[in-house]
Amino acid sequence: MSAPLVDIRNVSHRFGQLAVLKNVSLAIEPGSYTILLGPSGSGKTTLLSILGGFVTPSEGKVFIRGADCTAVPPAKRPTTTVFQDYALFPHMSVGKNVGFGLRMQGVDGATRAAKAREALALVGLAASFDKKPHQLSGGQRQRVALARALVIEPAVLLLDEPLGALDLKLRRQMQDELKAIQKRVGTAFVHVTHDQEEAMALADHCVVMNDGRIEDEGPPERVYARPKTRFSATFMGESTILAGKAGEMRDGRVAVATKFGPISLPATSPVGATVALAIRPEHLILAGAKGDVALGTARVSDVVFQGSFKRVLATSARDPAFQFIAKAPAPATVQAGDTVAVSCNAQDIILLAD
Amino acid sequence: MSVAGTNGRALPWALVTPALAWTLLFFVLPFIAMGLSSLTAHEGGALTLANYSQFFTNPSYWRAMVNSLEVTATVTVISIVLAYPFAWILAEQVPERWQRLALMLAVLPFWTSYVVRSYSWLLVLAQNGVINRALTSAGLIAEPLQLANTRLATVTGFVHFFVMLLTLTIFANLKQLSPSYRKAAADLGAGPVRTFLHVVLPLTLPGIMVGAFLTVVLCIGDYITPQILGGNNELVMPQLVMMQIGRRGDFPLASALSIILMAVVTVAYLACARWLKIERA
Amino acid sequence: MRAAVRLAAWLYAIAVYGFIFLPVVVLILFSLQATSFPIPPFTGPSLRWYQAVLSDARLTSALVNSLLVAVLSSLACVTLGFLSAWGFARFALPGSALLRGLITLPLTVSYLIIGMGLLVLFNWAGVPKSLIAAGVGHVVINLPLCFAIIYSQMGDHQINIERAARDLGAPEWKVLLMITVPVMAPAIFAGFFLSMTFSWDEFVISFLLTRFETTLPVEIWNLLRSGLNPKTNAVGSLVFAVSIVLVVLFELTLLRRKTA
Repeated sequence: MSAPLVDIRNVSHRFGQLAVLKNVSLAIEPGSYTILLGPSGSGKTTLLSILGGFVTPSEGKVFIRGADCTAVPPAKRPTTTVFQDYALFPHMSVGKNVGFGLRMQGVDGATRAAKAREALALVGLAASFDKKPHQLSGGQRQRVALARALVIEPAVLLLDEPLGALDLKLRRQMQDELKAIQKRVGTAFVHVTHDQEEAMALADHCVVMNDGRIEDEGPPERVYARPKTRFSATFMGESTILAGKAGEMRDGRVAVATKFGPISLPATSPVGATVALAIRPEHLILAGAKGDVALGTARVSDVVFQGSFKRVLATSARDPAFQFIAKAPAPATVQAGDTVAVSCNAQDIILLAD
Repeated sequence: MSVAGTNGRALPWALVTPALAWTLLFFVLPFIAMGLSSLTAHEGGALTLANYSQFFTNPSYWRAMVNSLEVTATVTVISIVLAYPFAWILAEQVPERWQRLALMLAVLPFWTSYVVRSYSWLLVLAQNGVINRALTSAGLIAEPLQLANTRLATVTGFVHFFVMLLTLTIFANLKQLSPSYRKAAADLGAGPVRTFLHVVLPLTLPGIMVGAFLTVVLCIGDYITPQILGGNNELVMPQLVMMQIGRRGDFPLASALSIILMAVVTVAYLACARWLKIERA
Repeated sequence: MRAAVRLAAWLYAIAVYGFIFLPVVVLILFSLQATSFPIPPFTGPSLRWYQAVLSDARLTSALVNSLLVAVLSSLACVTLGFLSAWGFARFALPGSALLRGLITLPLTVSYLIIGMGLLVLFNWAGVPKSLIAAGVGHVVINLPLCFAIIYSQMGDHQINIERAARDLGAPEWKVLLMITVPVMAPAIFAGFFLSMTFSWDEFVISFLLTRFETTLPVEIWNLLRSGLNPKTNAVGSLVFAVSIVLVVLFELTLLRRKTA
């Protein structure tokens, strides 16, 4: 396998006393769409700034195409950033904005205009060449910022919460467009967000960050289905979390002692370890065919209609402080006050070290 | 946040140094020079506190300070009392689309030259000026009134200027108030008068204080208005300072008087600053 | 009741407008006086006093001096103000708040005291009184204003715009000329026009720091010694007209910024 396009090695960063990144290592493959996902304060934006050259890390190195870029200024590295507020130059036309990077490279006016038009056509804004940024809508400005960054053909495009300023509908629409554009140009995108739906929709490689560390990384399907840590399980989608203690391993299965009795599931864990069992809402069974793991009865406390499904909250009869988060199909007749038998299948349970 | 990709520490200092140097050289250094000068004797240049002790022992100097404070206090109070209702009318009674024009008109004479503005009042208040002419031809008075060269003239000239300044600051403050405060007060049963007293007035107090502070600083340090309109019958501090320079070339005494004047303004500032902080908390 | 309040409000507003405009109207009216005293009765209209002003070499050269001092000192103010605002907004400097406070400090000090200080200093240093000395004083009083206006407009968004330009390969001097200055242009113009009007109108510093060649307010002051004179009215009206032009230009740049 060839060397990764970007190689971040053991990077740490402090702002004054505050450690915002703690020994982070990350590889980015050519042509991939990487998402840095995490809550605010998790260090994801700082990591992006380090990649873009706006911040020099306190420790560690950043290699891009095999060259050490740790202290190289933004202009001199093959990365370009799309800023959260787009940072379009308000006094220049859209065409001049897009052509700016080429102008700085000394490209002549005619070539510049041609390339800028091409880039604008790529993002579907060919007709806006002569407009001023303030004449465009939020989504259009976003696309101009994208065209401006792509036109100088960077090796890596960095996007800092690019959809954060858009309303929900536009956001989902721009998501699809971003993905399509990335496929077309084949540039590696690194995109920061705190929206897990955005992450799942866009990422080839999803990096979950918390408190300055990478909690989990991999294809979004894997991160969702088999999260490595409790944080990752709760941040990337919802889960019902059940505390337990690991018992004997036998035939590739481990028996976990829980408040609902011993549960045997296919996993590995040291004997006697405190563990957490996470169950995704869609894997909890409230009615119909029972799963192979019974979780007692529960009283439905709330049903929230969400369009394509119903989100059901239910309080365990065994422990009133314990709450199940489940998903029922939209036509289901379940309502608050009902008593239901809760179960699930052992293979759907995720075992997390606690 | 540290910013990478800049030319070290040299660039930022190169940017801010000229302005800082200018301020140090032509503001701080003159101030030190003035302080040193105030401690030297006019004749001979020996070190002395005589310039300061003169102020405290010579009753005519004291009188000038008292006059300054009295004029400033009178002007500040009258200006606020006149300007507040005026700003309120502009902000509340004038239709929205005429407001900008109404305000621009209200402060237009603000932009006449300082010297010319005082001179214009002299035309109005002179022995045979507009007011005296109007009153005599209306048969209200037999002899022209002594209006110019009085404290009344000084105060009128000042009030004219500061009414405009205060109208600006109070108007801005009234417009900043969210209309929902008033709606909420009305919704909770307060009538227009109580809404004004308990909601609008307290919320515009900071604007009044800022305006009042500006008025005090500008009024107490002004030489032109009292000189042109008040004449030499009753001196205020800036006139006294200018007199030391003009007639006698006594820089040390002028410096000492300036420093005393500035100390008074600083005290006023500290008083206002504390007041404003209490308001905000 | 409501109608009574409205009526009272209107009467009050008219009275205050009357008070505010009374001296200006009297000034302009009697600048058109045909006879030699600017007092009732009105004998004009006549332009003889405007002719007298325009043919008075002392007044016209003072007017040119005033404009020169205003333009040059304001240019110095916006240059120094812009550079320092940029420095403070973009870089974390030790003691930044204190240094910024120092630059804005002259705003709280009377012009008289600033003029006095410069007079004492220049007197000691043997610097002769001149228009340049007055201009130096005007920069002292207007620099804090320009700095404050420009600094307040340099927000995070501007920082990102500059970063984007750097990221796209612009060297520092191109960022400054092609991005920062054009984007900050409204604030720079606002600072420039305000400095112009304040310098144009300033009396006491010019009075203390100039001698033979002087500015228009000082020259008008000298005219006042001859008592009430329609010529003073005429020159006062002209000065007022110039100030209004400056204010209108200032308003227009503000408006343009709002629509842009």
